[in-house]
Amino acid sequence: MSTTELDRPDPDLTRRTTPPGRGRGQVSAGAVLRYALLVLSVVIVLVPIYVLVVTSIKDAATISTATAWDLPSKLSAAGWVSAFERLAPSMGRSLILAVVAAALSSMLGAMNGFVFSKWRFPGADIIFTMFLFGMFIPYQAVMIPLQAMLLNLPPGFDGIGKLIIVHTVYGIPICSLIFRNYYATAVPTEIIEAAKVDGAGMIRTFISVILPVSLPGFVVALIWQFTSAWNDFLFALFLTQPTNGPVTYALQELAGGQNPNYAQIFAGVLIASLPTLVVYLVLGRWFIRGLMSGSVK
Amino acid sequence: MRQLKRWGPGLLLVSPSIILVGVFVYGLIGRNIWTSLGRRTDYVTDRVLNPGGYLNYVQLLSDPRYHHALWNLLVLTVVFVAGTMFFGLLWALLLEKGVTAEGVFRSILLLPMAVSFIAAGVVWRWLLSPAQGADQAIGLNQLFLKLGMPGLQSAWWSDPGPFAMAAMAVPAIWQLSGYVMALFLAGFRGISDDQREAARVDGATEWRIYRHILFPQLSPVALSALIIVGHMSMKMFDLIYSIAGSNSYTAEVPATLMWIQLFPQSDPIAAATNATVLLTIVALVVIPYLVHTHRSERGDR
Amino acid sequence: MQHLPGFQYAEWGPRLHRLPTAATEDAGYISKQQIVPVGDVIEDLGGTGVFPQNLLDLLTVKDAIYSVPSNIHRANVVWANTQVLDDAGITAVPADLDAWMADMETIKSKGVSTPLSIGGAWTQVQLLETVLLSTLGADGYTALFTADGDWESAEVTTAAEKYDQLLDYANTASDGDDWPPATDMVIDGKAAYNVMGDWAVAQFASKDVAEDAYSYFPVPGTDGVFDFLADSFTLPKGAKNPAGCKDWLMTVGSAEGQLAFNLAKGSIPARTDVAPDEFPAYQKSAMDSFANDTIVASIAHGAAVSEAWLSDITTAVSKFYGSRDTETLVSDLAAAASKHAG
Repeated sequence: MSTTELDRPDPDLTRRTTPPGRGRGQVSAGAVLRYALLVLSVVIVLVPIYVLVVTSIKDAATISTATAWDLPSKLSAAGWVSAFERLAPSMGRSLILAVVAAALSSMLGAMNGFVFSKWRFPGADIIFTMFLFGMFIPYQAVMIPLQAMLLNLPPGFDGIGKLIIVHTVYGIPICSLIFRNYYATAVPTEIIEAAKVDGAGMIRTFISVILPVSLPGFVVALIWQFTSAWNDFLFALFLTQPTNGPVTYALQELAGGQNPNYAQIFAGVLIASLPTLVVYLVLGRWFIRGLMSGSVK
Repeated sequence: MRQLKRWGPGLLLVSPSIILVGVFVYGLIGRNIWTSLGRRTDYVTDRVLNPGGYLNYVQLLSDPRYHHALWNLLVLTVVFVAGTMFFGLLWALLLEKGVTAEGVFRSILLLPMAVSFIAAGVVWRWLLSPAQGADQAIGLNQLFLKLGMPGLQSAWWSDPGPFAMAAMAVPAIWQLSGYVMALFLAGFRGISDDQREAARVDGATEWRIYRHILFPQLSPVALSALIIVGHMSMKMFDLIYSIAGSNSYTAEVPATLMWIQLFPQSDPIAAATNATVLLTIVALVVIPYLVHTHRSERGDR
Repeated sequence: MQHLPGFQYAEWGPRLHRLPTAATEDAGYISKQQIVPVGDVIEDLGGTGVFPQNLLDLLTVKDAIYSVPSNIHRANVVWANTQVLDDAGITAVPADLDAWMADMETIKSKGVSTPLSIGGAWTQVQLLETVLLSTLGADGYTALFTADGDWESAEVTTAAEKYDQLLDYANTASDGDDWPPATDMVIDGKAAYNVMGDWAVAQFASKDVAEDAYSYFPVPGTDGVFDFLADSFTLPKGAKNPAGCKDWLMTVGSAEGQLAFNLAKGSIPARTDVAPDEFPAYQKSAMDSFANDTIVASIAHGAAVSEAWLSDITTAVSKFYGSRDTETLVSDLAAAASKHAG
């Protein structure tokens, strides 16, 4: 059986649509305004980041409310070092959690998305809608019985194990949505029909036809789930302890201590955010590209 | 039988998810509702703490403290949704035609989304400090003074007035406008250039192109952005917990009240009642939306 | 302080625990039978010979003692910036709240617009409790936490009004604020006074403040009263290593253990037989007070009231900070008391 190359124009993310009448050399008032607004937006958005970075590299004794907005008078790496020491164990746990949960829920999402878009069964739409509702529920509505239900797992599941289960399961709806939308627009039904004619069963079709072209869907799903698991606090608060929980919990403990060291705390915020920051910086373009290929409508 | 053989495998493949979602979402919701109907008396004084049945809901819904929390939630949601939609659309409009260093702008505007609410709350707590005036101001108020704009100072969310909670939306807008921008950007880029070119050839102004060609096609994107951002507001807990602490009357919303009911007050029944009402509020908005998309997709097919 | 869902408790060894006293039932650990009495450890350590009777009484719930106190903090301390006081010509410690507020007026007229510094919600509760203590006296204050406690009495209303007046002299804080910025205001001379527990000493030390640059005294009207909060260690039921837990409890309750622990933490030992020589100046005076003053329990730190009650009090105080309605404050406090007392 042959796999037809999907013939889709790859949307160019940085194209220009310049209305006619504007030469390349001319700078229009509109362009100036546009750049001004963009720069202003960026500056405003970076204000909290500025505070975080600048405070985290200050020498602890020089930190006071009077000089909070000033650049450091005395530099020190102590904040970063001590924050890293405090947070390293939980960062490792968060990494395991985010990677495993993202991988598992993406996989389940891909399978579900495939079935809901291309291999439907009677009642599939209703079931899918019921899945989607699960995406929107406030998790407070299940937290109390969830806590009780997860109480009696074997000890190996404590902390991150419970969170992996929880994030995988509650990630199923959004991942299924992402893949269903993606497959609906990116995979022509004719391909499926052709594979069926060739004698391929569902699993074969999925593995040979669908998976190879699923990358954009996976990108969106993995990024979304990784971030969601990494940044979660609610589940961590209810289901884990600071000693076996993810970095969000450890950070909250760090920030809430009795004698706060702001250099350390703000460095901690930056450290805890680094993996997801990197993911968005490096993969951001793919994220938008994935969104554009119809992953989320 | 051939029918079954056709779609059977599909059902089978999805069945683990069906079971998991069925248990973890619907099963647990049911269990939570069951808990919320419980009755409890103080074992020492025999005072009735939770009357049981629908009276638990009456008790919660008639509590002035809950009204205050609901009002805060309303103010927060309206401002948060309006703010993210405004900035998300604005930035998408600024970027969608292509600018130099677009990648840089886009990355920076998307950056706050990578930070967790808890982490952001740590610095926003300081930024939104209510003290004003040269003697006391810190955070944003201090910055405004330094920049020579003392009139911009505010007590933010600590203001005793009824709309104080709007200030709590500021960090949330900061974090999620980038996401709405990404949605709209993807939406714009998904509309082929030909439509615009054709309209331009016909002599349409840029504004009319937006209004009559592009925006209508973006309405599904806008709607889903609206719903996603709106429901995030209902669930919001981390941010408020991080900024206002675990017991703040001024910044109380049902989600934070639930934490207090569950832990310091050791009242799981009231907490379950609270959670169920919250779920109902979300459902009232989300279910019509889901039905609408379900129907429109049926129509497309 | 995070609160563990009850059922996860037993997996842990001894854990740091705010002192449960006779009037409280911290998070229901005792009623849920998640911790076991440690009266035998107390006896082995020396019983009433080494722990003040007052303290042991407050530790006793239904005739059993459930924790070993490791260190004591004092909550009714005013920390002051001597330079600001000198500039305003204030030389004597004020005798009561009214005299104190008169001093604050003087300081304000000299250009310090916020003579008193305050932090987030729990620091406000702490300030209120010292005002209650000052207005009602030690016995009146302690009576508030009994079944007959009258929170709607004239004295409580007076205390609420004085608290309201004190807030007029304070900076604008927000609920989530922590305490160090408020203490920093005193260190920087932006405020003259800060009511804070004695862990504030660490803040002065970390900012390298000279010992004569700041002074401390009990909140006016509470001289001779020690408003305590204690950290103590409990023994969970079904602990995986009971012998090890008990060893720890014995260590932390011993004289050597308390000496080392408290030198590091900046608090004072719960035992009365630890020599004060090695402690810094503040701790020496605190140990002296602890041995001789009347001891009352702190509301803000969970020593006088249960968590649920404290949560309601904090809500009332947080609400008052915005509304400044003393009548509602008093009725909210009374409602909280009738819900939780007895």
